[in-house]
Amino acid sequence: MKITKIILSFISAVVILFSTSVTSFAKVVGDKIVLGAAISLTGKYSSNGVHTQNGYNMAVDRINSMGGVKVGGKTYKFEIIYYDDESNPKRAAQLAERLISQDGVEFMLGPYSSGLTKAIAPVTEKYGVPMVEANGASRSLFTKGYKYLFAVLAPANLYLDVAIDLAVEKNNGKPVTVAMAFEQDAFSQDVRLGVLDAIKRTGSKKVIDDKLPKELNDMAATLVKVKQMKPDVLVVSGHTKGALTAIRQIAEMKVDVPMLAMTHCDAAKLSKQHGKNSQYALCASQWHKTLTYKDNFFKDGMKYAADFEKEFGYDPPYQSAESSAALLVFKDAFERANSFDQKKVRDALAATNMQTFYGNIKFAEGGQNVDKPMVLFQVMCDGSGKCENKVVAPTKWASAKLIHPIPKWSER
Amino acid sequence: MDFMVFQYPMITVQACLDGLLLGILFALIAYGMALQWGVMNIINIAQGDLVILGGYIAYFMYLYGIHPAWGVIVSPIIMYFIGVGIYKLVINKVVDRDLFISILATFGISILFMQLMNFAFGADVVLANSGYGTTMLFDNNVTLPNSKIFSAVISIVFAIGLVIYMKKSKLGRAIRATAQNSRAAKILGVDTEKVYAATFGINAALCGVAGALISITFTIHPYMGLPYTIRSFMIVIVAGLGNLPGVAMSGMGLGVFEEFADYILGTEFRIGAVFLLLVLILVYRRFKLSRKREYLK
Repeated sequence: MKITKIILSFISAVVILFSTSVTSFAKVVGDKIVLGAAISLTGKYSSNGVHTQNGYNMAVDRINSMGGVKVGGKTYKFEIIYYDDESNPKRAAQLAERLISQDGVEFMLGPYSSGLTKAIAPVTEKYGVPMVEANGASRSLFTKGYKYLFAVLAPANLYLDVAIDLAVEKNNGKPVTVAMAFEQDAFSQDVRLGVLDAIKRTGSKKVIDDKLPKELNDMAATLVKVKQMKPDVLVVSGHTKGALTAIRQIAEMKVDVPMLAMTHCDAAKLSKQHGKNSQYALCASQWHKTLTYKDNFFKDGMKYAADFEKEFGYDPPYQSAESSAALLVFKDAFERANSFDQKKVRDALAATNMQTFYGNIKFAEGGQNVDKPMVLFQVMCDGSGKCENKVVAPTKWASAKLIHPIPKWSER
Repeated sequence: MDFMVFQYPMITVQACLDGLLLGILFALIAYGMALQWGVMNIINIAQGDLVILGGYIAYFMYLYGIHPAWGVIVSPIIMYFIGVGIYKLVINKVVDRDLFISILATFGISILFMQLMNFAFGADVVLANSGYGTTMLFDNNVTLPNSKIFSAVISIVFAIGLVIYMKKSKLGRAIRATAQNSRAAKILGVDTEKVYAATFGINAALCGVAGALISITFTIHPYMGLPYTIRSFMIVIVAGLGNLPGVAMSGMGLGVFEEFADYILGTEFRIGAVFLLLVLILVYRRFKLSRKREYLK
């Protein structure tokens, strides 16, 4: 009895030791290029974390099945090691350390959200590991002088400034009054800075500047003020809950405002689940499937959306599209560098200038993509109550004409 | 600071009405907390998470095409059994221990529930549309979403129903007896174990009702429970245990306080103001208590 106990505990000790000990992957094993990623598979970012992972996986499969990556006359395939960062920045930084120093990963993909990217960037920078990220848009990521961080998406301050320009344009070039309600996280505050810049540039005036709390579920006070002040534009940014709360309460309180501009509309599934209540809302988006950018792997947005839906069973949000684009950027850089030397790959990444189905990609000094404008779509509904997102700005990609001003609730 | 709320009388009216309707809902959650605190001497940190879980039940009914208002009936029934289950698994082991142990245990339940809900329902913020429309008052200057009125009415109905139940039914009398003196009740033949389980179940059922109402009026999310725990804790602290009119009054008072804090300090300090008020009240009560002690000396 005693002996079996001793043997059992010995075996479990050995098993535990093995499972925690270093399983060393080199950057390139045989014909595989191993990339590392800490992704939020649980915790508050888990939905978007899964969108990110699906985007990465989709691109890995596509690139591998279409010939892989050619470096030095040899063909390599992508493989990704994932860890769950539990939506926790500290954990994300630890996992980045682990990926690099234990798993030997030499190239990284980004996590989901600006906050987690901010936590990981100092680690990848310390080890000189090139990281292509697709889900951290906060401006502060690009002002720290990071050399190994590259983001395929446009920075947060460009999300909604277009909306102010659009409102001014619709007002015959005259300044407008703007009401703002922003959450206090890094991302939303960057969006706010962009809007403030646009207000200054156009000589417009802000009449309400409310800050929304993290545990927001009631913004009636802000909306009552909006009713009283009657601004030309109402701008709201507070992730999914900001978008949902705003849409619900604007409809319930019958708040009339000529233009309503928001972020995170597709993450909040506004057009699908909240139909007519969300009608006429203007939403900032990194990508929309109707954009006509092209590449050799996914062809274009429509094809990407169809393939994605076939594989994962839902319409791809932009978080997935930009994650797929990150892999295309890596492939392109490896082939141009024609080497797995981190410095050479980093320099190749910095010199990236390409078009993908997701948009043009060209990095500025700080690592942000400067060659891809944001798009604005508007939620439009037909007579039967079916609603769809249609791109209305920039005009180059517009598939519908902006409806402005938004009809009053009493006339709907 | 922004005193707009006092400059326009219509905004003042709006803020008061919004606050009252919200406060009635808070009072319902707080009533459940007061009940089990009084009977079992347990402060339930997982109160808010039970509320959110109740909200998810209504939300899933909505997803499957049933009107979420039916959640007000279905959710408390399911939540009652969940409550009894939690009691049998965890709470009955800590019910006679000191308050600290019960706080620790319910804190653990809270974390577990958050993670389980996140795992099962995803991390998206969701809501259930009731399609109830809006009531316009004072020449359309004051708007009251009918969903808020609905939730206040339902809360009042449930609260009154519970008061009558406590007064008239056998179990209600047993619960009250146990709250007054559990040992004496036991000696006189009350099955206190059963009473505890029922009390915890009733509390969970009340949370279920409140949760269904919250999914109709606001939004729900796996991690949004804590503010509801804090609010009900605070309402109970102000009102005292076993003081139902007090719970109702302090609930509505808190609702109005929150609305005004929202207008004056800004939405970002709304929950902060509640916390601050809680600290002030605790300090005040301690101060009062120490004066009483000195007087006794």
